[in-house]
Amino acid sequence: MERVPILKLGRTLFVSIQIDLQDDSVMRLQEDLAAELAATGATGVIIDITAVEIVDSFIGRMLTMIGSISRLFDAETVLVGMRPAVAITLTELGLSLRGVRTALNAEKGLELLGGSA
Amino acid sequence: MDELPIASGDDVVRVRQRVRVVAADSGLSLVDQTKLVTAASELARNALVYGGGGTARIEAVTSAAGRAGVRVGFSDDGPGIADLDLALTDGWTTGSGLGLGLSGARRLVDEFELTSKPGRGTSVVVIKWSR
Repeated sequence: MERVPILKLGRTLFVSIQIDLQDDSVMRLQEDLAAELAATGATGVIIDITAVEIVDSFIGRMLTMIGSISRLFDAETVLVGMRPAVAITLTELGLSLRGVRTALNAEKGLELLGGSA
Repeated sequence: MDELPIASGDDVVRVRQRVRVVAADSGLSLVDQTKLVTAASELARNALVYGGGGTARIEAVTSAAGRAGVRVGFSDDGPGIADLDLALTDGWTTGSGLGLGLSGARRLVDEFELTSKPGRGTSVVVIKWSR
């Protein structure tokens, strides 16, 4: 199982998913992020999915859960870089990713977090 | 025809990658490729989680009207599904998921055939045609 690295930039945790996600990797990311939030007191999480070719219902649910978990640590999650084909497919699949904020790219995501980096 | 085992999370990823290659070679648009790969991911996971593992068969096909497409079949020897209509209802699940896997996968493809009997395993065959 490959792990997704988490970078800390100021008060923001930055995650760029560059691997073909399997279920265990996403669950691991969720645990690693929760630990990192608790340890650092970060106030924002940016998840970059520019390189992610598909988001199915499991991955989508995990992303939503990451948003909920972050909130419990008083941090906001922004999902950035979703591909158009992924957005269309997610919508048709019936997933709304409710509770997760989105932005076009990492730069806009940071702005949304109030430049907390 | 490619036949791939589904026995681990890595296998699910391999099925997705193989479906992507065949879909691209068959001339499916990027959106249609993504829909088919996403549906394949849902169905491969179902075979793994609910069926205890199984097999995926991926094949380029041509319709009677000459359209290119991709057929992907999934089969497992798991406990099977007692109520197919219920299993295809949005939000219904026996697991911890959202209950969108099977119903969502059906929406993402052009043809969807689900065969299952309790104790006899489950088979799902889907086709996505190029436009």
